[in-house]
Amino acid sequence: MKKILVTLVFAILPTFTLASGGSAHLDTMSPDLADQPSLQRGAATFTNYCMGCHSMKYARYERVATDLGIPLDAYEENLIFSDAKIGELMTIAMAPGQAKNWFGNPPPDLSLEGRLRGPDWLYSYMRAFYADPSRPYGVNNAVFKDVGMPHVLADLQGVCDHKPEIGAEPKVDSLSGRIISDGTCESFSTEGSMTKAEYDETIYDLVNFMVYMAEPSRMESESIGKWVLLFLIILFIPAYFLNKEYWKDVH
Amino acid sequence: MQKLIGWIDERLPIVNAFEKHMSKYYAPKNFNIMYFFGSLSMLVLVNQLLTGIWLTMSYNPSAEGAFASVEYIMRDVEYGWLLRYLHSTGASAFFVVVYLHMFRGLMYGSYRKPRELVWIFGMTIYLCLMAEAFMGYLLPWGQMSYWGAQVIINLFGAIPVIGDDLSLWIRGDYLISGVTLNRFFALHVVALPIVLLALVVLHLLALHEVGSNNPDGIEIKKNKDENGIPKDGIPFHPYYSVHDIVAVVVFLFVFCGVVFFFPEMGGFFLEKPNFEPANPLKTPEHIAPVWYFTPYYAMLRAVTIGMFGLPAKFWGVVVMGAAIAILFVVPWLDRSPVKSIRYKGWMSKLALIAFAISFVVLSYLGAVATTPGRTMLAQVLTFVYFGFFILMPWYSKIDKTKPVPERVTG
Repeated sequence: MKKILVTLVFAILPTFTLASGGSAHLDTMSPDLADQPSLQRGAATFTNYCMGCHSMKYARYERVATDLGIPLDAYEENLIFSDAKIGELMTIAMAPGQAKNWFGNPPPDLSLEGRLRGPDWLYSYMRAFYADPSRPYGVNNAVFKDVGMPHVLADLQGVCDHKPEIGAEPKVDSLSGRIISDGTCESFSTEGSMTKAEYDETIYDLVNFMVYMAEPSRMESESIGKWVLLFLIILFIPAYFLNKEYWKDVH
Repeated sequence: MQKLIGWIDERLPIVNAFEKHMSKYYAPKNFNIMYFFGSLSMLVLVNQLLTGIWLTMSYNPSAEGAFASVEYIMRDVEYGWLLRYLHSTGASAFFVVVYLHMFRGLMYGSYRKPRELVWIFGMTIYLCLMAEAFMGYLLPWGQMSYWGAQVIINLFGAIPVIGDDLSLWIRGDYLISGVTLNRFFALHVVALPIVLLALVVLHLLALHEVGSNNPDGIEIKKNKDENGIPKDGIPFHPYYSVHDIVAVVVFLFVFCGVVFFFPEMGGFFLEKPNFEPANPLKTPEHIAPVWYFTPYYAMLRAVTIGMFGLPAKFWGVVVMGAAIAILFVVPWLDRSPVKSIRYKGWMSKLALIAFAISFVVLSYLGAVATTPGRTMLAQVLTFVYFGFFILMPWYSKIDKTKPVPERVTG
């Protein structure tokens, strides 16, 4: 009986290993939603560089300001460029029809991008642009091939002169243990204003912000969740003993 | 208080009803852990009804507004995110507890005479639940909502002659559109819940008429004391009500853990493509139903050859329908002299284990993309799944059984 069961389990096991092995290799990034300064920098980067084309139309400015600990008047003054009120949704003025002419596809709304693509993808994608003269805007992307989006952050990163190997195993100096190269861009055809480390950090903050935006209730959910679970643990004690008391005479 | 109860009782038999179904309903005293899932499914049902009502207050059932209204609930409605996660996690939890509840029935022969109707009502609840879940899944109007519904409704198109008209009639349009969304909304929030509640009442009335089965598969009513009370019975209230409270707390601990910390459950409870609004012009790379439908989806895809001039897709639909339909007739397939797996022989035990494994592995295969190897495995497991039922009259009859004790054990 048991032998047959074991045989069956082993017969089935190989099918599960086939499940792994995804599509593109990605760099990993773990968001930290408790890091308010990072989220604030991310919000600033998003507003300055992304929001010209990408809306976050399901979110409201006021909620972002409150959650990120930015005073409302400071937010209104520095991070709202249109005449929108602080309580309004984060829409943009670009008409989708025109946008389609310019980019091939209208730039998508990014409210939920942090959940749709996930942090790893976004972190890799934003660091994967490289020079490719055959493309309309002169750049291509190693994570999203032939993407319609230009390299908006070229001023910061510069333009990579070769296709970066995102998600590659980092090359480590065997003597010192230092990482020599991690597959992201090292040489540029146009230099940017930031060092590689500074740019990676800027993207980390941006993606962190987008992950927050995709599910603004996450932090609240986890802090309430802890109390709920604690309450249930405490409730378990009387429930367990009440049951025991009733059943003690039943044989 | 006593006076008020008396006043009502003279006009409505509430005392009688309470006694019949709670304080003088004698349940076998040897229920084990598998017997918690009936009351837990009631708990989840109540959760779905309450959270569903509150979600309806802010939801907008139109192709233009549905997706945005769900995000409105998630961001602007006070505790809207909690209502939604309770509802979405509740849907999956419902199937978890119902599958375990059904498996309990298969283990201990709870479908056997005189409980055939209890089983049939239960199966109808399961069927209704699948319809309810399927229609509810369209409502967020995300990519997977849209394309999942597209795939399932197109299955009706495989039926010869009437197929195309039938799927057109279900959709109310040539493709899934706002019309489909509106009718699914109506069915999801009004029609099906009413049917579901009525069926639950019937399921319980039928159960309380014949009495509960137990892990030994013994009829406790055969052994009564001088007052006509089964010797192995115990009043449901308070014994099993306090028992169930413990189970409820443990269940809620796991449930709330998911709701508050992992509502997506790694893409199994909330699928990633659903974070993008439905787009009829863009098909997702990989369309997979939610986990609780995947065993049947795997069987559908396992059928790769057409027969009798009809395409493979049609036979896939037939196999899928038969996989569910065959569960209805289990009470008449089991010819074993004993009810419980405890006293059945090795053949029945092996069959049940093989069935359980095939169901679990098929549910995995239905969630991932196909490869030739996986399709072959799904075909083998589809035979195992059906073998469990079709061969049951034979193996349950010739199988060596152990003697059943007179009174319940442990």
